[in-house]
Amino acid sequence: MTQTQEPVDYSDVFDQDTADRARAIIARYPFARSALLPMLHLVQSVEGYVSQAGIAFCADQLDLTHAEVSAVATFYTMYKRRPCGEHLVSVCTNTLCAALGGDAIYAKLREHLGTDGKPLGHEETSGEPGAPGSITLEHAECLAACDLGPVLQVNYEFFDNQTPEKALELVKALQAGEKPHPTRGAPLTDFRQAELQLAGFFEGREADLDGPSAAPETVRGAALAADRGWTAPAMPDDAEFPPLPEKK
Amino acid sequence: MTIAPDKSTELVVPEGHVKLVIDGIEVVAPKGELLIRTAERLGIVVPRFCDHPLLDPAGACRQCLVEVEMGGRPMPKPQASCTMTVADGMVVKTQLTSPVADKAQQGVMELLLINHPLDCPICDKGGECPLQNQALKHGRADSRFHEHKRTFPKPIPISTQVLLDRERCVLCQRCTRFSAQIAGDPFIELLERGSQQQIGVAEEKPFQSYFSGNTIQICPVGALTSAQYRFRARPFDLVSTPSVCEHCSSGCAERTDWRRGKVQRKLAGDDPEVNEEWICDKGRFAFRYATADDRITRPLVRDKATGELRESSWTEALQVAADGLAKARDGKGVGVLAGGRLTVEDAYAYSKFARIALRTNDVDFRARAHSAEELEFLTSAVLGVTPDNGGVTFKGIEAAPAALLVAFEPEEEAPIVFLRLRKAARAKKTKVFHLGQFTSPAVEKTFGTLLACVPGGEPAALNALAEHAADVVEELGKPGSVILVGERAAEVPGLFSAVSALAKSTGAKVAWIPRRAGERGALEAGLLPTLLPGGRLVSDDAARAEVEQAWGVDAGTLPAKPGRDTTGILTAAASGGLDALVVGGVDPFDLPDPALAERALDFVGFVVSLELRHSAVTAHADVVLPIAPAVEKAGSYLNWEGRHRPFGTTLEGTGALPDGRVLDTLAVEMDADLFTQTPASAAADFERLGRGVVRAQAPTVSAPLLPQPKDGQVVLATWRRLLDNGSMQDDEPHLAGTARPVVAKLSEATAARLGVELGGEVTVSTDRGAVTLPVESADLPDGVVWLPGNSGAATVRRTLVAGHGSVVTVTAVLDAGSAEEITSPGGNA
Amino acid sequence: MVDQLTPVLTKRWLSPRSWTLKTYEQLEGYTALRKALKAHPDQLIQQCKDSGLRGRGGAGFPTGMKWGFIPQGDGKPHYLVINADEGEPGTCKDIPLMMADPHSLIEGIIITSYAIRANFAAIYVRGEVLHCIRRLNAAVQEAYAAGYLGKDILGSGFDLDVVVHAGAGAYICGEETALLDSLEGKRGQPRLKPPFPATAGLYASPTVVNNVETIASVPYIVNGGADWFRTMGRERSPGPKIYSLSGHVERPGQYEAPMGTTLRQLLDMAGGMKDGIPLKFWTPGGSSTPLFTAEHLDVPLDFEGAAEAGSMLGTTALQIFNETVSVPWAVMKWTEFYKHESCGKCTPCREGTYWLVQILQRMVRGEGTAGDIDTLLDVCDNILGRSFCALGDGAVSPITSGIKYFKDEFLALCDQNSQVLAGASA
Repeated sequence: MTQTQEPVDYSDVFDQDTADRARAIIARYPFARSALLPMLHLVQSVEGYVSQAGIAFCADQLDLTHAEVSAVATFYTMYKRRPCGEHLVSVCTNTLCAALGGDAIYAKLREHLGTDGKPLGHEETSGEPGAPGSITLEHAECLAACDLGPVLQVNYEFFDNQTPEKALELVKALQAGEKPHPTRGAPLTDFRQAELQLAGFFEGREADLDGPSAAPETVRGAALAADRGWTAPAMPDDAEFPPLPEKK
Repeated sequence: MTIAPDKSTELVVPEGHVKLVIDGIEVVAPKGELLIRTAERLGIVVPRFCDHPLLDPAGACRQCLVEVEMGGRPMPKPQASCTMTVADGMVVKTQLTSPVADKAQQGVMELLLINHPLDCPICDKGGECPLQNQALKHGRADSRFHEHKRTFPKPIPISTQVLLDRERCVLCQRCTRFSAQIAGDPFIELLERGSQQQIGVAEEKPFQSYFSGNTIQICPVGALTSAQYRFRARPFDLVSTPSVCEHCSSGCAERTDWRRGKVQRKLAGDDPEVNEEWICDKGRFAFRYATADDRITRPLVRDKATGELRESSWTEALQVAADGLAKARDGKGVGVLAGGRLTVEDAYAYSKFARIALRTNDVDFRARAHSAEELEFLTSAVLGVTPDNGGVTFKGIEAAPAALLVAFEPEEEAPIVFLRLRKAARAKKTKVFHLGQFTSPAVEKTFGTLLACVPGGEPAALNALAEHAADVVEELGKPGSVILVGERAAEVPGLFSAVSALAKSTGAKVAWIPRRAGERGALEAGLLPTLLPGGRLVSDDAARAEVEQAWGVDAGTLPAKPGRDTTGILTAAASGGLDALVVGGVDPFDLPDPALAERALDFVGFVVSLELRHSAVTAHADVVLPIAPAVEKAGSYLNWEGRHRPFGTTLEGTGALPDGRVLDTLAVEMDADLFTQTPASAAADFERLGRGVVRAQAPTVSAPLLPQPKDGQVVLATWRRLLDNGSMQDDEPHLAGTARPVVAKLSEATAARLGVELGGEVTVSTDRGAVTLPVESADLPDGVVWLPGNSGAATVRRTLVAGHGSVVTVTAVLDAGSAEEITSPGGNA
Repeated sequence: MVDQLTPVLTKRWLSPRSWTLKTYEQLEGYTALRKALKAHPDQLIQQCKDSGLRGRGGAGFPTGMKWGFIPQGDGKPHYLVINADEGEPGTCKDIPLMMADPHSLIEGIIITSYAIRANFAAIYVRGEVLHCIRRLNAAVQEAYAAGYLGKDILGSGFDLDVVVHAGAGAYICGEETALLDSLEGKRGQPRLKPPFPATAGLYASPTVVNNVETIASVPYIVNGGADWFRTMGRERSPGPKIYSLSGHVERPGQYEAPMGTTLRQLLDMAGGMKDGIPLKFWTPGGSSTPLFTAEHLDVPLDFEGAAEAGSMLGTTALQIFNETVSVPWAVMKWTEFYKHESCGKCTPCREGTYWLVQILQRMVRGEGTAGDIDTLLDVCDNILGRSFCALGDGAVSPITSGIKYFKDEFLALCDQNSQVLAGASA
């Protein structure tokens, strides 16, 4: 489909491993194009954002036009247009988290990461993108951890029940090259490694699975029930299936 | 007598139909019809932006909301009438009868306008803008929106010919749907999301589609504008004249908009039988050739003293021409090369002129590769075939179970045929097989199957079809299947014979789809050495007598001996076998051997050229007679279907004369009466002549052995592209910017064998010349190189004097660095 | 009388390393699958219908009926797609479920796929929850290794492949047809219906799209039977439901209780309002469901109860706000969310949210007029029911319900000196 347009050379950006991974993604699906979203995550794992080379790479793997890939890449919030920092810090500022302090957390981090008295903007990076300690900051929509709000994420790992002070400490630690442990999630790596996992490649990181099953908030109801001896009604021992319905 | 109307006039609901009520009117509609269309049939226009009858429904703009009741229960929300189909018992209330629908439409209109700039006074669309019209008709008088409007930098070019103004866009997606669905060129897409959503192209990837101009036409606002037309006119200052495209053989309906004697733009006409509502960008944008600086407006005569052409009176020029031609006629004779772009009326005038003024059958319209086999094929399979007598049609293609394309690259040679093939294939109705050399964009976009062969190997491939591709034969055997053969078949000996045999064995119908608008008409007009007008053989005594009688000339006036074809005429002229040539719109560089043409024009004693603009022919002419371009005359084309495509004069009173009129006057000077003073009289004369009956046998030429290329040699595959060096695209830089990249193509294996690096450059040469251009990979058969026929430096005829199936030499062009490496050791020698 | 809390889906979450196959199998995991594979697929569909299970993603469509729409013997592949794109503000039940107990979802997927005769299933998880994706992926690998997935599952002759698919940040992909387009590698914009996914869904083939909590309920229904399931909840909304309490409550969290439980009961269990500050407004099921107030503490939270009280059950995401929070500010924040997440396809939602946000921001800045309230309501009226999908309807819920219950607060904002509530001055 791209025959009428000039090809783009990206061989210096994406190596054979990446091409092999792209093929592995395609192999997961009945139809190749389903691989596009994971493949854009893969591209971000290489470059820290979706570049024009990344768009060309995906287009060629899937026999799409660059416009078709751009249409998809620009639709989703998680595909970044500019190179991200070593870490991506996402602060939930949706209504509930905001009311609980999310807006204050975001304001605090903007101010801390800004320069010359100018707060850092949404999706802007403090430091040289990709360099150790560089941080891209964004405000995020609801992250599905409302019972643990206000929440933020570093490279999509959860840091629950935050305050402006805790968040500031966390970001300072990240800038200093430390990797504080998420409340729920794997030991921190960096944005690109997280993107590789989002593309479905977890090799060598089996230990990442560990951590608590759930936060205390998550199991509040279950724990309370256990405490009070409340249960669901007992299942019968011999629940049978209904008879096979007659064909209409 | 009057009978009181029967009060119980129940509407009859035929099979496959339903009955519903719209705004209180009972109506019967076919199942599956969209409400918006049913309403329209009743004369109820529901406002809309995204809806387009030829695009898949989107339901995006929400402007066409109506109230719907089903089974006596109103649906809770207003429904988009562009996406909802009719159902039995449905009760529909549009804005005319429903306050809810009216409010919904007003609400959507207000929302569409909050971010729309108020730049109507400088917008090209102003005056013909659906948004403007509907806002004035249905919108509020003032705005409640006091906030900040969305702004974008404007406008941005998305190709050299299309400009995008995102502020004006209402995101109806007509353009993206057209490009993705109709053209198959998804280079323009929705980008971003939500209120930032916008139309756009990928970075540095312009909207390179042969059909992009249609998006400008169907844009319901001024978001997409034409670089060529921008700021040139207001719609209400233009005069619109229905016209027919003069470029390819599809004969598309067009509308030409002009002002003060100048064409400002061309739009697609609506003709469901032919082009539906689409035209290609060549048909839309390529019209300034007619006003190029080198346009000839006065007759020219070669001055005996200076040897230069000088302007003359018509009287003088016609006198000199008549004298020279009469002398030549009475000597060794005159050959006529009329070109493939004439109207039927002008072609008829040429044909009659040759026969009764010049008394010769040395006449041929084929200004391209041609063969006797082709002539036999045209005579046996094409002559006289029309939509009325069972010929292949656009709609026939759409309904065909299968289409086999032979030596025919539809997107390049007949773009509207390509669109029909894609439409048919997309609807999963038609299987498309391409007998060609590589997977061209058209193969992909028609979801086609490539039957690849080496150039020249096409007849063998067809003959072996039953053996190697039984499924193709089976598909072609289904009633309605078609074989479409292109003009390139004339370059492959045995191919027309193989096509004829395959058609006979499978029962598939055959259509011949030449590249030029006038070729099919010229065939019927007898602009060929073996045919008289109206489908009569030169060699048929009775037919000649019939024509002589109709033309009122003496029995025996018409020569009985078949004449020479284009190459024969040129060969004779170059070697003293003819004393004069009459040449119409022929570019010598389109001919199989341009050098032969050059020699013939140089050698022959007398040349009369009927031309629009200066050319390699006028450079040799003794008399040049200016003729009118299509836009300045009336006439008709016969499209490839054999369908009559009449058009009137768009620009009146320019003083330019049609060929038929010039020839008529010239004939008078030579004591012959053509009765072709006007296109109408020519048409009437042709009509009076009626049709003859030709019973011709299909050709049975067997394919010769294929040439065996030596080391470093390969076989050339080549065809012309839609946008190339053609002189009718002159003066259109915006159009030229969307031509496809000029590259040679090789398979990876062949490139490796030849030591060619793909992505680098190659030189393709013959003993006549060489061209150098970038090379890229394609799935060509091994031992084959592909070149565009006449694009950029790739002037295959002119420079290489080669064609499809020629043997050529391919050598790698070493880049400067490596060339130095090789030469430096000997550099000091 | 059934207990106040009925942990079924959430019960296993208390166990150590609950996400592993080992723990799952020790706690009766995959016993329902063994049982189901011995039944006829149509018996499973019938059982699901009998159980009265309704979709837990918000709309409450009867699950068994949805399965029954899949044409059988049509010669086309069938697909099961799990909607794990949990993004509705306030909603936080599926992510913890998948993180703590991914195998229950996988077991449900296998049983459902067997019932609808699908051989390929995809779990579409929002991309921002990496740890959840990681655990799902590991669980799928474990299930393959144990023979629960792949070819000839447990010798039944049934084959199933499951892929975990990470989204990329787009709320609209929770809409099932947008999800399908997204899963096909396209922009996540809703499709025209008809055709419905049951006839032309993923790759234009018959497809069931179900929410995580819905499908995770299936193994329990198989083991316990339809009647057991109906011992919990109400006649038309049976079963247990995970209620997610967040915001100004003492003990926010996940509480699995019978359908029809009220906020008053839930607040009791959650320790009441945080610091004793009174309740002002709350969402019964995410921000797209019209707000409730303290008047609605006794509304039975099931599909019928919430609807009768003028809202919707949605995702049972109870976001609870106390008196310190400004309603116009909260409504503005939510509207900013809908503007950001509007897909852009249709005019009312795209342009309407763009407009509403600006009016609300202006009002919260103290630059509004009483006329703005009328404009807000009229623009909402022009969006509600005029948009292509339900996102537009959801977007106007906070505004219309906010004005309905707290109009005075909007009016007060039009007075320059009245910005006293938290947020409004932020």
